[in-house]
Amino acid sequence: MIREELSKRVLELLTEIAPDVDPAGVIPGTAFREQFDFDSMDTLNFAIALHREFGVEVPEADYAQLASLEKCVTYLGERIA
Amino acid sequence: MVSEFTLPALGADMDAGTIVEWHVAPGDRVKRGDVVAVVETDKGAIDLEIFEDGVVGEIVVPVGVRVAVGTVLARIDPECRPAGATPAPAEGAKPSAVRTDAAPPKVEDRGRVEVPAATPATPVTPLRARVSPAARRRAQDLGVGVGSLRGTGAEGAVTLEDVERAATRETPDPRASMRAAIASAMSRSKREIPHYYLSTSVDVTPVTAWLAARNAEVSVTERLLFAALLVKALALSCREMPGFSGFHREGRYEESPAVHVGVAVALRGGGLVAPAIMDTADQPLPVLMAAMRDLVARARTGRLRASELAAPTIILTSLGEDSVDAVFPIIQPPQVAIVGAGTVAERPWVVDGKVVPRHLITLSLGADHRVTDGRLGARFLARLTRRLCDPATL
Repeated sequence: MIREELSKRVLELLTEIAPDVDPAGVIPGTAFREQFDFDSMDTLNFAIALHREFGVEVPEADYAQLASLEKCVTYLGERIA
Repeated sequence: MVSEFTLPALGADMDAGTIVEWHVAPGDRVKRGDVVAVVETDKGAIDLEIFEDGVVGEIVVPVGVRVAVGTVLARIDPECRPAGATPAPAEGAKPSAVRTDAAPPKVEDRGRVEVPAATPATPVTPLRARVSPAARRRAQDLGVGVGSLRGTGAEGAVTLEDVERAATRETPDPRASMRAAIASAMSRSKREIPHYYLSTSVDVTPVTAWLAARNAEVSVTERLLFAALLVKALALSCREMPGFSGFHREGRYEESPAVHVGVAVALRGGGLVAPAIMDTADQPLPVLMAAMRDLVARARTGRLRASELAAPTIILTSLGEDSVDAVFPIIQPPQVAIVGAGTVAERPWVVDGKVVPRHLITLSLGADHRVTDGRLGARFLARLTRRLCDPATL
């Protein structure tokens, strides 16, 4: 999957688990926590959504790698074919 | 015997709501727990459930009308009698049935509306005298609820202009009304409840280690959050120690037989709600975790149930990771206690005479002096600590 497609899909998943977030306003390089008060519950839901979509098990130790859209896409890019 | 389905209280900060949707019509059979209507409140749109089985007799409050807590919204015939077994209500009953002003029904009206109204298969058409027919038609087209409008016509009648003005008016900012509701509830709390506050620092290193080890062994879908352990430990502590989980009403405290821990959920952009996890102490951790995920999701999309908002017997407010050390929480009346949790952070701590880095959390309690004192509160926090620090038994 090319990076743009991946990024688009991740953004869709993000708004699925947090429907109160405006996808157009997401800044790729800024942490979700800073942009819209992402908390531990959001992170868990996000990790579950990524697992469902891509089959990737993100260990808790790697949660920091999901902190922003940019980081997340990089992380996933390395783990899915 | 017809029973009344009223707008329930949804906690201290809500005294009215606007019906925005009915899921049932007269003649429909309903079961306890069915969502029968949606009401717009300061806490967002909330699903109203019915608390008994029966047949919908009559919809008293139509869509669009704002009414106070306790107002009869519909009448329910709890006996499932066959259609046609009871006489249809007299013609004249209909206008009185949709009365939404403050005047109570006349005695003869009341006698008439108690006639089981299960028979009419057609919905009772709301006949409100003070809306001009043109205005009513226009209101339907524009989706404006005429019941909530203040009329400017003769004798306060709602006119076509009133409807059109309402349709173009900007909808009130829900955040602002939620802010006002929170302010009102907290003012009442500070006015009425003689609070006392306690806090304690807890070394939760063994708990976070247990949690990390457990979560490493399971799929991401089965992971637990620290907050789930807190909720369960709190529920068990409440069950074991009276004085903190219940309601203070009309001058006296009543311990709640069941513990329903309310979880304070911050809404993005401001505002907060605290829906309950029902029978919290009886839920295994995975069930509790699933319930919390579901509650937070629905709190943030505005689809909570009325029962969830009214049920909390005590609230947990957890400010979450990377936030603050401690919170001094304000009780939500008519509850009598609230527990706060700061962030879990690595701090220097003394173990066996040596300063070592440990994971610490500060737990706090805001409690009601009308019911308990600091000494009992301190024992409660100690019990909560003990419970939390033994996660395998949660």
